[in-house]
Amino acid sequence: MGDYKFAKTKLAEVIGAMSDYQVVAPVESGEVVRFAVVDDPAKVTLEFSNTNVPPKELMFPETETLFRFRLGGTDLEPEVPDAAARRAVFGIRPCDAMAYTIVEKLYNWDFPDPYFNNRREATTLVGYACAEPCANCFCPSLGGGPGSEKGLDSIAFDLGDTMYLKTLTDKGEELVKALGGVLESAGEAEARAAAKQVEEAEGKIRRSIDTEGIAEHLPELYGHPFWEQFSDRCLSCGICTFLCPTCHCFDIQDESEGLDARRARMWDTCMFSEYSLHASGHNPRPTRKERTCNRVSHKYSFFPTNFDAIACVGCGRCINYCPVNIDLLDILEKSKQADAKEAQDA
Amino acid sequence: MMDDTNPYLPYTAKILEAWFETPGDRCIKTFKVSFEDEKVRDTWSHRPGQCAMVGRLGTGESMFCISSSPTEEGYLRFSIMRAGKNTAALHELEAGDTMTVRGPLGNSFPVEEWEGKNIITIGGGIGQAPLRPVINYIRANKDSYGDLTVLYGARTSEDHCFKGEFEEFFSEGTTCHLSVDVEEEKWPHFVGFVPTLLMEVSPSPDNAIAVTCGPPVMINFVVQNLEKLGFAPEQIYTTLEERMKCGIGKCGRCNIGNLYVCKDGPVFSYATLKKIPEAFA
Repeated sequence: MGDYKFAKTKLAEVIGAMSDYQVVAPVESGEVVRFAVVDDPAKVTLEFSNTNVPPKELMFPETETLFRFRLGGTDLEPEVPDAAARRAVFGIRPCDAMAYTIVEKLYNWDFPDPYFNNRREATTLVGYACAEPCANCFCPSLGGGPGSEKGLDSIAFDLGDTMYLKTLTDKGEELVKALGGVLESAGEAEARAAAKQVEEAEGKIRRSIDTEGIAEHLPELYGHPFWEQFSDRCLSCGICTFLCPTCHCFDIQDESEGLDARRARMWDTCMFSEYSLHASGHNPRPTRKERTCNRVSHKYSFFPTNFDAIACVGCGRCINYCPVNIDLLDILEKSKQADAKEAQDA
Repeated sequence: MMDDTNPYLPYTAKILEAWFETPGDRCIKTFKVSFEDEKVRDTWSHRPGQCAMVGRLGTGESMFCISSSPTEEGYLRFSIMRAGKNTAALHELEAGDTMTVRGPLGNSFPVEEWEGKNIITIGGGIGQAPLRPVINYIRANKDSYGDLTVLYGARTSEDHCFKGEFEEFFSEGTTCHLSVDVEEEKWPHFVGFVPTLLMEVSPSPDNAIAVTCGPPVMINFVVQNLEKLGFAPEQIYTTLEERMKCGIGKCGRCNIGNLYVCKDGPVFSYATLKKIPEAFA
C-alpha cells in the first residue's frame, strides 16, 4: 500500500478534503477530547493521549433503534444503517481499532448482526499511532502496540512537523484518492522515523501481564475468596465496562411517545445486579463478588475459549477511571496465585 | 427460520386459544398461537426443547420454551408464568389478540440419539413446560423408544400444569407419577417433594435417559438422586433458564461459564454442567 505525508499545519485542510465522507475525529469538548462528527475541520485536535470514552459507539451506539412501530400495530420499520454510506474515522488509537476486530467475532457467530456489521462496513479507519503511552497502557501484552495496524485501513504518525500516513487496505487507499492532491508522497525516511517512534513508545509502556494459563485457571476460581478483596471495594458503577472498548453487552427496551414507539438496544453492564436478575427474583450473580468474577473471567477466559481472542486490548481505561482504584492487572496477577482448591472449599 | 437479514425482527402470531393452567399471583397461562404470515407458518419448524422470544410490541420480549412438540402441527404453544412486567402484559392477551414470536432459538433435546432407550421425565411446577414437547414427541414416535415414565410434582394439585393431559397418559398406559408437596384432601397420588418421589419410583438407569426441569433447587436434588440411582452424567439432561434479551448470544447476560444458555442451551447434559461451577447458581 502507499506512503503519504502532509505538513501538520495542513491538518484542517486534509480533514476538509474528506468531503465525500462523513468524518469522525477527536475534537475538544470542554476539558476532554472525544470523538465526534466533524462540522468544522479546524476543531480537530491531535493533542490527546487517548479519549476517556472509547469510540466503540461508532459501531455500537450507546442507544440505537432496532426498529420502529406504532403501538397497537404490527408493522415493523427496521432502522438498519446503510452499509454503503461512507464514513471516515480519523485519529483512532490502535487499541480502540483492535477492539473492533475482537467484538466483531461475537457480532458474527450464528446470527450476523446487521447493525454492527453495516456500520463497520461503511467505515474507513485512519489510525493514529501513539508516541506517548498512558500510565496504565499494556497493549503489547494483548498483541497490540503503539503502532499496531490491527483493524485499521491506514495509520498516521505524528513526526513533529510532518504527519506520515501509511495505507493498509484498499479502503484506506480509496480515502487517500478521495482527498485529491492534498497529500505528498512519503518514503523511507518517514517510515524509518515512524518505526523508531513506535519502538520508543513501546519502551515507555510500564505495565504488562503475562496471559499464559489465565484462561484455563480463571474458571477454577469461581467462588474463590480472593475475588472479595476487589469486589468488596467495588461500587457497581459499571464505568469499567462502559468505558471498555471491547465490552459489548446490551439491554433491549421498548420506548414510546404517544403511539410512536421503537425497540432500542443500549449499553448495559454485567456489574449491575439487574443485569442477570430473573423476573422470579432469583439472581445467579447476586453479589459484586460473582459479578466481578464474571467480568474478568468473561474477558480473559470465556471469550478466549469461544473466539480464541482475549476481550481486552490493554487500553487501561478500566484502571484509569475506576473510582475506587480496582486494577485489572492486579486482579489477574492475584488470580495466578489463587489456589483452585480454596475455591472448592469456599 | 429467523428473519434472514435481521435476527432482531419478530413475527406476529395470532392467539388461537388461551387458558389458565394454574391460579394465584404467579398463575400460568397457556397460549396456542399461529403465525399471521402464511410463509412463516408454512416454513416454521422447531425441535423439542427449543425456545422463542415471546412478547408484545411496546412492552418487550422474554424467552420461553416452546411447550408444544413439533408433532403437534398447525400451532405453537407457550405456557407462561406471570412473574414480571412482560409476562403480566402477555397475560392480558386473549384469543384473537396478537403477540410477537422470534425464533426458534437455542439447541434442543437430542431425541434421535435417545431412540431405543427408556425415557424418564422429572418435572416440577412450570418446569413441566419444556418437558411437555419431549413427552409428546415420544408419545407420537412410540415405536422408536422404550418405556416413557412421567414424574411430575407441584406445590398443590391446583399448581400442576397440563392437568387435562394426565388422564390421557393413564388411559394410554404411559406411566405417570404425580405428586404434591403438602398433604391435601382426596389426593390419591404421592405427597412429598419431587426428588423424594424420584427415589420412591426408583427408575432403573439401564438403557435410560432422565430429563429434568424445575426450580434450580429441585434440579439440584433430582440430579443428586439420579446419580444415587446409578445414572451417569451423560444420561441426565436438563434445561436451564437465565435472563435474556437478544436470544442470539450477543447481549451477554445468560452465560454460565463460556456457554450462553440462549444459543448453546437451554438443553444441557449433566456431563457438561458438572464442569461449570456456576451452572446451578
